[in-house]
Amino acid sequence: MTAVDETTTTEREFGKARRRKEDARLITGRTRWTDNITLPGMLHLAMVRSPLAHARVTAVDASAARRSPGVIGVWSGPELPGSAVGMPCAWPITPDMKSPTHPAIAQDTVRFAGEIVAVVAARSAAEARDAVDLVQVEYEQLPVVLDMEAALAEGAPLVHPDLGTNENATWIFDSAAAGSGGDVEEAIRAARDDPDGIVIERRYRQQRLIPAFMEPRSIVMDPTGEQLTLWSSTQVPHFVRIFMALVTGTPESKIRVIAPDVGGGFGGKLQFTPEEVVTFLVGRRLRKPVKYTETRTESMLAGHQGRDQIQKLTLTARRDGTVTGLKVELLCDMGAYLGLVTPGIPILGAFMYNAIYKFPAYKFVCTNVFTNTTWTDAYRGAGRPEATFAIERLMDTLAAELGRDPLELREQNWIKHDEFPFTTVATMVYDSGNYEAATTRAKQLFGYDELRREQAERRARQDPVQLGIGVSTFTEMCGLAPSRVLGALSYVGGGWENAHVRMLPTGKVEVVTGTSPHGQGHETAWSQIVADKLGVPFEDVEVLHGDTAISVRGLDTYGSRSLPVGGIALAMAADKVVEKAKVIAAHLLEANADDLEFSGGSFTVRGTDKGVPIQQVAFAAFDAHNLPDGVEPGIDADATYDPVNFSFPHGTHLCAVEVDTETGRPTIRKYVCVDDVGRALNPLIVEGQVHGGVTQGIAQALFEEARHDEVGTLTTATFVDYLVPSAPDLPTYTTERTETPSTDNQLGVKGVGEAGTIASTPAVVNAVVDALRPWGVDDIEMPLTPQRVWRAVQGGGVEATTIQDGEA
Amino acid sequence: MIPAAFDYEAPATVEEALGILSSAGDREVKLLAGGQSLLPVLRLRMAAPELVVDLGRIPELRGVRDDGDAVVIGAMTTHDDVTREPLVRQHALLLAEAARTVADPQVRHRGTFGGSLAHADPAGDMPAPALALDAEMVLAGPSGRRTVPAEEFFQDLLTTALNENELLAEIRVPKHTGWGAHYEKFNRVAQAWSIVAVAAAVRVEAGVIAQAKVALTNMGVVPIRAHRVEQALVGREANAEAIRDAAGLAADGTSPMSDGNADEDYRRHLATVLTGRAVLAAAGV
Repeated sequence: MTAVDETTTTEREFGKARRRKEDARLITGRTRWTDNITLPGMLHLAMVRSPLAHARVTAVDASAARRSPGVIGVWSGPELPGSAVGMPCAWPITPDMKSPTHPAIAQDTVRFAGEIVAVVAARSAAEARDAVDLVQVEYEQLPVVLDMEAALAEGAPLVHPDLGTNENATWIFDSAAAGSGGDVEEAIRAARDDPDGIVIERRYRQQRLIPAFMEPRSIVMDPTGEQLTLWSSTQVPHFVRIFMALVTGTPESKIRVIAPDVGGGFGGKLQFTPEEVVTFLVGRRLRKPVKYTETRTESMLAGHQGRDQIQKLTLTARRDGTVTGLKVELLCDMGAYLGLVTPGIPILGAFMYNAIYKFPAYKFVCTNVFTNTTWTDAYRGAGRPEATFAIERLMDTLAAELGRDPLELREQNWIKHDEFPFTTVATMVYDSGNYEAATTRAKQLFGYDELRREQAERRARQDPVQLGIGVSTFTEMCGLAPSRVLGALSYVGGGWENAHVRMLPTGKVEVVTGTSPHGQGHETAWSQIVADKLGVPFEDVEVLHGDTAISVRGLDTYGSRSLPVGGIALAMAADKVVEKAKVIAAHLLEANADDLEFSGGSFTVRGTDKGVPIQQVAFAAFDAHNLPDGVEPGIDADATYDPVNFSFPHGTHLCAVEVDTETGRPTIRKYVCVDDVGRALNPLIVEGQVHGGVTQGIAQALFEEARHDEVGTLTTATFVDYLVPSAPDLPTYTTERTETPSTDNQLGVKGVGEAGTIASTPAVVNAVVDALRPWGVDDIEMPLTPQRVWRAVQGGGVEATTIQDGEA
Repeated sequence: MIPAAFDYEAPATVEEALGILSSAGDREVKLLAGGQSLLPVLRLRMAAPELVVDLGRIPELRGVRDDGDAVVIGAMTTHDDVTREPLVRQHALLLAEAARTVADPQVRHRGTFGGSLAHADPAGDMPAPALALDAEMVLAGPSGRRTVPAEEFFQDLLTTALNENELLAEIRVPKHTGWGAHYEKFNRVAQAWSIVAVAAAVRVEAGVIAQAKVALTNMGVVPIRAHRVEQALVGREANAEAIRDAAGLAADGTSPMSDGNADEDYRRHLATVLTGRAVLAAAGV
């Protein structure tokens, strides 16, 4: 045996800000995006979509389209067998939840503008598109209902008459019933009766948003061979395989789903879509490969949308600033149909309204509503941005009401760093955190006291440009999810993740992950984990993902779960590889396994210079010439990790906004965030997630809004009208981290994918409102367009909402 | 986003282009300049011309020259070139300042000055500055060239004095040497259309405004010259109070639209605020 070669020792990868190894191919596009895939004899699909939000389809005349050059076929819903089968919803939140049938192609009625009415197959994409214009569809218009409150009113038109109501479900959490806290109605009564009590009631609107991922959705289906292969630009290839089997009656073993490189998702590709089913059905019927790639406008019309809630909130407190109760009543717009997790989105927020504060009583009631609009579902943060917005806006409002500094008031109420683990009024167990440390650092970086001084000066001299300071001391729950908890919430499915690590005969390493990256950088990050665990060079690790024939078990990527769940599975699998290798190494070194040490990629006999590198062990396991008795050739290993808890990243975000009172324009002058996402595996990737996340949250505060006209037509169906900000519209962010390791997993990591989005929206809105408090402004509806801000300055903005002061 | 099929011609000279237009008969023809407005419209199938005539390969339509009392800008000169061209900066600074604000660098390198004028979008950034500087449009047609002042060129929403057999060849801009200029643009994100914008050029002599030219973007279906503001400015001292007073007249006689970004009353208000800022900046106050 050779002595340990010093050069095989690798530098520690954990914590290294490596550039992402996948970026060159992703940025140049020289890779397998789904739309780049071209198969021999492949046909192209285009969809005929309803321009109306609610109508009976009385006739579909495709005769001209069928005669159009290159057209192979045109099918309306009734003409395409299998298209009537309903799309699945995997989260029946209550036993009596109303679930409408959601056909892949409308059979006789369309319920939102953009719904598929027919599909065209042609030899080229251009011919398919031309033929769409030739399909004559006759509609009999039906009354539309677009507003949630109108939808719940007596006599409202019904989106699904067979359900008898527009109410999907009502879901309740009550701390009194759960035994985790008091009765909030009691707290409200007490606050009203107590001269020292305060009751703050507010109504906030979460506008509807569109997940504007860079790569529109695209699907290729190849029926050639034993397995039907579907490439899809999706976040969830494993889900798609299971649901495609269930919906089309195809044995799961006959379906292979591949998510090749995917250009963003933000939850918008956490879906099993009608387009996937239609493409699958047409390919199966024609026995030809087929491709469907949506246009940007189709993506905006028919891909699921996000947020869209009306929040009615009641916070009670004492005059000394101590919060005593929180009641949350939501209306949540499902749109016309349910997607995979649509009804559960608000419930992902249900456990987060109490946030980092010690509320003794808490109640959450959400009512889900159907309307004639595009279906909604997950969008970055999914339920938690709404919760964080509500509580962080309320805490600022309480501070203003009491004349207190908003940070100081928060600290009075938040969980102190020595109180972890902490069981909240919403029954969550926060494992770790240090809100004091993040806030102290954020204040320093921000120059909090100087900016407060400047704010006072601008107010004093009545400067037309006023300064506002907004605070958001957020936390969130991510890392979906402990399977047991999902079961308790009636979610159909688990929350574990799987990984497989194999050492090749030449000493290189292949990692198979059940996570499905679509821009997150898993190939880099997972390589770093494995390089450390096995002591192999970073460059020697290859990460495979997204193909159900390769990544056999997996639950994909969403909910900031990949590292705190998938990364842990990977670490466990790598640990198993080392354990297996150790037995063989001991045999090769003629030593007792207990006497071996493993570090820097080599097994050494403690107290000697005898050792063997793991690559050599891998080869020994491959040629199998000299293995201990009873040991199988091979040191590959699998692991499946079911998290014991969610992960609770937190942070303090501070935003300074200059508000031009003459034009109403808000301009972010300074944005500082100190996030605590546990230990950072790759700080550069963390930085990227925070930047992108903060931007997406700012976009909700200031820019983005999906709007419909009075008949339900989406009027923001291009990027001319749906305003996504870019670099010139945003400040330079100052970002830092504190690191409070998670105590729930071996790497000490927490999720980071959604944190920035969850945190930033209220920080920005709080800042604008803070600037305009001297004008009596207490709220402005999002997005805070210059016109809305100007109207607020003019006194024509949102009506001042009630502030009740007990007897005072 | 696939346009409907169309025929495509790419002439090498203005004469050749005019020949194609003359022989097009009843066919619906669109001229392609930088394509920054036309291509999205084609891809969304909001227009489906039978013939697209690409002006991109006609060298004589590009470039800027000095013509005595005027600067002459070829219609196919890109926004980016208008921004940088020394002749423009020296004698028609307002155009350079406005071109600098158009969308993003990619658009400015493809989009053209003449294309923006001929498209005549009320929210486009180049028509108002051209109007403010009393630019003249030189239109080439089958029987030669004719010159139309900017005031008469912009006729209605997306409608100009160009006939179907004509093309915009060049723009003559009277020299405004030594004038201060500023284009005050108000939009929601950098690449978005102007909600309202104000083009202002002023000549200040010994602290007094000697001449002033002001035009408004997106305050009606065509760019609008704010004559009352101009009259109120001339002869006044170039100070903030005088300028704000005059700017208060900016919305007079305008008829702005209400849309998803702004209601009519807000646009009127913006016009006065932005006019004040534009003139202040142009006057160097």
